[in-house]
Amino acid sequence: MAPHTVIGPPGPLHLPRWSELWEAREVLWRFGQRDILLRYRQTLIGVAWVILQPIVTAGVFALVFGRVAQLPTGGIPYFLFGYVGTLLWTVFASTVNRAAGSLVSNQALVSKVFFPRLLVPLSTCVSVLVDFLVALVIGFGLLWWFGVWPGWAILTIPVWVTLCVALAMGIGLAAAAIMVRYRDIAYVLPWAVQTLLYASPVAYSLEAVPDAVRPYLLANPLTWVLEGMRWAMLGSAAPPVWQIVGAVVVSGLVLFAGLLVFQRYEREFADLI
Amino acid sequence: MSAATAISVRGLGKTYRIAHASDRPTRATEAIVARLRHPLRRTTFDRFEALTEVSFDVAAGTALGIIGRNGAGKSTLLKILTRITPPTRGQAELAGRVGSLLEVGTGFHPELTGRENVFLNGTLLGMRRQEITRRFDEIVDFSGCGQFLDTPVKRYSSGMYVRLAFAVAAHLETEILVIDEVLSVGDADFQRRSVQKMRDAAAQGRTVLYVSHQLHTVTALCSEALLLDRGTVSAYGAVEDVLATYRASVAEHAVVQRETRAQVPAGILHVVAATTTRLTYLPAEPKRFTFTIQAEAAPDGPYFLSCHINDANGGVVAQCDSRLGGLWFHPDQPQEVTLDLRQPWLKPGTYTVDVFLCRVGIVDVWDGAVTFDVEQELPYAVTGTAESFGRGMVLADFDFGVR
Repeated sequence: MAPHTVIGPPGPLHLPRWSELWEAREVLWRFGQRDILLRYRQTLIGVAWVILQPIVTAGVFALVFGRVAQLPTGGIPYFLFGYVGTLLWTVFASTVNRAAGSLVSNQALVSKVFFPRLLVPLSTCVSVLVDFLVALVIGFGLLWWFGVWPGWAILTIPVWVTLCVALAMGIGLAAAAIMVRYRDIAYVLPWAVQTLLYASPVAYSLEAVPDAVRPYLLANPLTWVLEGMRWAMLGSAAPPVWQIVGAVVVSGLVLFAGLLVFQRYEREFADLI
Repeated sequence: MSAATAISVRGLGKTYRIAHASDRPTRATEAIVARLRHPLRRTTFDRFEALTEVSFDVAAGTALGIIGRNGAGKSTLLKILTRITPPTRGQAELAGRVGSLLEVGTGFHPELTGRENVFLNGTLLGMRRQEITRRFDEIVDFSGCGQFLDTPVKRYSSGMYVRLAFAVAAHLETEILVIDEVLSVGDADFQRRSVQKMRDAAAQGRTVLYVSHQLHTVTALCSEALLLDRGTVSAYGAVEDVLATYRASVAEHAVVQRETRAQVPAGILHVVAATTTRLTYLPAEPKRFTFTIQAEAAPDGPYFLSCHINDANGGVVAQCDSRLGGLWFHPDQPQEVTLDLRQPWLKPGTYTVDVFLCRVGIVDVWDGAVTFDVEQELPYAVTGTAESFGRGMVLADFDFGVR
């Protein structure tokens, strides 16, 4: 039996058709595959770039915050401490940036072919996660080199990464949709992400933060997942339960809100792009 | 909707809201500033009805041609049926998957190889992996790009690129196939095979919707046709009847316009009359058209004229723009402007001239201001049949020689 489609004007609350998304899931893999192929083929140092980037960043953090500012890390080598933070931060920043720009850079497709548009920004996380896995393998190598073993907590890495991707994707979806109408988001967003880097405990630890400022940092959902990631990889103190629950709730809400914004703008993409 | 109906459209309408340029911020910062300054003001829109009350049914296995003048709503209808853009009113029911070929090669990425692009493009068009794998050899054979499969498509010639892209789309196994102008790509042989492919699709019981300006391909491919005029269905039925209605409406349109033109009040910059020195010309003979433009009460800087010469099928054969001759006209007095068309030589047939009167934007448009015929008297030494000149858009001034 051939599928039967009814096309009508969109309603006020315009949720995606889940069955249709599932039907078109292959598009997601193809897009992801395309991004990976392009990145690793176009730049000769494609793989090297994925490895070099977090290592250099962590090195700079170790030099500036560890050596110059002499911030505490709870006994963890600063380089390793910075590397783990960078690892998760890269997932967040790349997801936001790539998802946000995805619709505009695929505008020819969006205005010419129908497929669930949601798949365009969603697919960006495929290449982000591949990059992450490569960097994670290096991370395990570093753990072994520095002789750090976090124990069974290491099994929770996927949880923190998932929460981080959900949070970033929520922001990315909304930004992608709004960028179709207002192109200057493309200039504002990277700056906002860069600012957030310093407003989150990526390069420094919470204990290095003065008491007066700490409540603000603790209100940042990224802090919660970063703390979770450090617990999972470095065996530092486990984040309190409220942070874990908070991270799940906030990430879920942000993702859902991003989805709603995306769907709200979705109907006019082809007319605007 | 009965079992034999593939597409059922009921009261479909699409209204575009066009905000005035000053009200339409393109930057988020502008939008925020505007909102802060005028917190209560609502944006005012001009409404543009692209489609109104379109209803029709298409039986399964029909090849339906959709024709109409520019701006009649053909593309909007296709975009709605392929779900690229949602309708404002009404609904359309589709029995089956819809495959669309709105533009050949959308989704092709220049850096990816031919093979990778076949899979990416096929998936985007709605094919499953097994389907593509199963038909892969067929697709490659049809395109004739077999030995370049592992070369990035950026190194392909434009012909190969288009052939590969069309081959993917032509092997879609969807119940409904929507095609927009794409059959005009490639060489004559490839075009013939493409039309054949589409005919086969219809013969297999699939429903084909085909939009084109090239009326001859519509006749070649379709059994029925739908004529759209300013967003509504003005004729629907057997392809020959609808094409006849279309040709008649083009001529009628010109008469109606001529009458309304005479009623435009004085003082508004407008083309009030357009004439041709003769109603029929020989292909190679110079053609002269004269346009009378009335003066503007409050002159607002010089303007220029641009003319499109269209063939009977609506294809633009040539554009003549007065700016290219360095000529601008002053609106403070009535103008009589002549256009002498010496080249190209035109093929026998009926032609229309559209006039655009422009400054920064378009001030006045007159579609089909002039209609003229070109006679069957070829400017060549020996009289030939259509077979010897029919393929070209225009007649060329050429000579063969032996050395």
